[in-house]
Amino acid sequence: MGRFVVRRLLHAIPVLLATTFLIYALVFVLPGDPIQGLAGDRPVPPSVLAELHRRYHLDDPLVVQYAKYLGGLFTGDFGTTFRGQPVGDVIAQRWQVTVRLGLTAWFFEVVLGIALGVWAGLRKGRWADHLILGATTVVIAVPVYIVGYLAQLVLGVRLGWFPVSGGEAGWPAAYVLPGLVLASFGLAYVARLTRASLVENLRADYVRTADAKGLSRLRVVIGHTLRNSLIPVVTFLGVELGSLMAGAIVTEYIFNLPGIGQQVFQSIQLREGPTVVGITTALVLVFVLANLAVDLLYGLLDPRIRHD
Amino acid sequence: MPAAPPPPLPEPPRPGPPLLEVDDLHVEFRTPRGTVRAVNGLGYTLHAGQTLALLGESGSGKSVAALAVMGLLPTPPARITRGAVRLHGRDLLRLSDAEHRKVRGTRIAMVFQDALSALNPVLTVGHQIGELFRVHRGLGRRQARARAVELMDRVRIPAAARRVDDYPHQFSGGMRQRVMIAMALALDPEVVIADEPTTALDVTVQAQIMRLLAELQQETGTGLLLITHDLGVVASVADRITVMYAGRVVEESDAPRLYAAPAHPYTRGLLESVPRLDRPGRRLVPVPGSPPDLAHLPTGCAFHPRCAAARARCADERPALLPVGAAAEERSSACHFTDEVTARGGRP
Repeated sequence: MGRFVVRRLLHAIPVLLATTFLIYALVFVLPGDPIQGLAGDRPVPPSVLAELHRRYHLDDPLVVQYAKYLGGLFTGDFGTTFRGQPVGDVIAQRWQVTVRLGLTAWFFEVVLGIALGVWAGLRKGRWADHLILGATTVVIAVPVYIVGYLAQLVLGVRLGWFPVSGGEAGWPAAYVLPGLVLASFGLAYVARLTRASLVENLRADYVRTADAKGLSRLRVVIGHTLRNSLIPVVTFLGVELGSLMAGAIVTEYIFNLPGIGQQVFQSIQLREGPTVVGITTALVLVFVLANLAVDLLYGLLDPRIRHD
Repeated sequence: MPAAPPPPLPEPPRPGPPLLEVDDLHVEFRTPRGTVRAVNGLGYTLHAGQTLALLGESGSGKSVAALAVMGLLPTPPARITRGAVRLHGRDLLRLSDAEHRKVRGTRIAMVFQDALSALNPVLTVGHQIGELFRVHRGLGRRQARARAVELMDRVRIPAAARRVDDYPHQFSGGMRQRVMIAMALALDPEVVIADEPTTALDVTVQAQIMRLLAELQQETGTGLLLITHDLGVVASVADRITVMYAGRVVEESDAPRLYAAPAHPYTRGLLESVPRLDRPGRRLVPVPGSPPDLAHLPTGCAFHPRCAAARARCADERPALLPVGAAAEERSSACHFTDEVTARGGRP
């Protein structure tokens, strides 16, 4: 078990190196001078330009820049933004919003997604099943910004049940609606996945054995079938934990939440290499850790693939 | 064997009182391609302490009949259209779902064919055996686990106390089937239905499992209904044999008499298609043709298209199940020409 964790963490190193380098290179090859970009149309004195280029290592070749950046990373220094703010501080400050939003959405996916899936699976072929299948198809087919604006308009503006925008109301008030919007796609997917897996497992031989033992329906479903059915769902939910953090850009924009997604968007426009790479690195780390957690949870759910 | 008068056969064992009576059972499946009649008037009686083998090819309706007794048929598509399943005279088919559930596992238990898929892969065997005590007997977790260890000992799983927390995939095929048997015997049921309990196993392991089943049956005095397609498997353990074809009984007899002189051409065909130690050097003859399409059963005797002795009458008129030989033999056969079949030592 311990060895498995260490091995998986070691696997994460090349993944982190590759992603950071890729992002760094992408920002590097963006056209235009980032310092000039900061000043807009106004001319920048050549001496200032040269000084800033020197300070941010902008004249070094890509590999040298990247190596210097990596060196800083290992000492806990994520670099500084062009405004002189440490990138680490920016991440820390923005991160809370995104984590709250992501976890709220994830919570909805786990609870509502699985509950709807189980409900549909147990009512296979009846109206509840058809309703859930139909509704989830619509949610999956409609882009998130439409779901977002629609929810904002109806539930926020018209009905006034939730704050329309901004994070001032704090958790949970300001996060419930954006969380639902962010979760919508995954929630629908989890419901369908749970339903399909449950329906399949209910046909399994071991379920018939459980019935032959005279167990109640509840015990057969919860005690015997559900755990087997959740194995594919857990895989999806694990990957989803990472994607929700990284994929919140649109939702954060619609609901004007000052999260990491907004920050990345701004930083890309400003061509702030260190900020973009710093945030990306953090996101990749979350991804890797979430996947590791899933693999460990997998072993708990399914003893056949326990890592001992 | 020459057609000499057969050696005297042992008297059939005195059976206990009727335990499980299946009477005129009809089961059909509504499918898009028509109604499949899987069981068509099946009847048998299982006595306490008796082993009754239900013998037939796949598709003869033997497993469907067993699931009907258990109340485990998926309805729809399955439907029990007629008949009764009486346990101590009480018709199980008239019970509510909740009442029937209380009978399952406690009074009638079942051993399934493939223990690997029939056991839950994510629960320990101790949990799966102990669950019966927790649900039906209200025992606590620890007591139930102790009872599970006892049962695993009883079905001769080595080091039961150490293996009780293992998962099904950590056992060999034979040991897994022992776990299934332990589960079936847990609450001392009156009837155990074993549906092809050894089909998924190696031949040597098959023999061990059959011996174990027979021994446990002797110890506990339960009625054992053994469902199989394999005459060889039942030879050593069955007291009585009921042969099924197309959802009907074609012959029933005590085991030694059936092996010595089958009274139905189908039984005879089955016997000639398996190697027998008591008749070495004999050529094996398979039963020609394939099992009937249950959605379109042949007219008359369902076996007539495959029967070497069939005549015109067989296609028109369905033979009734009638007594054969002396009344004390309690044998019957459903063939218009039973007398001819038996007169030739089972050769038409």
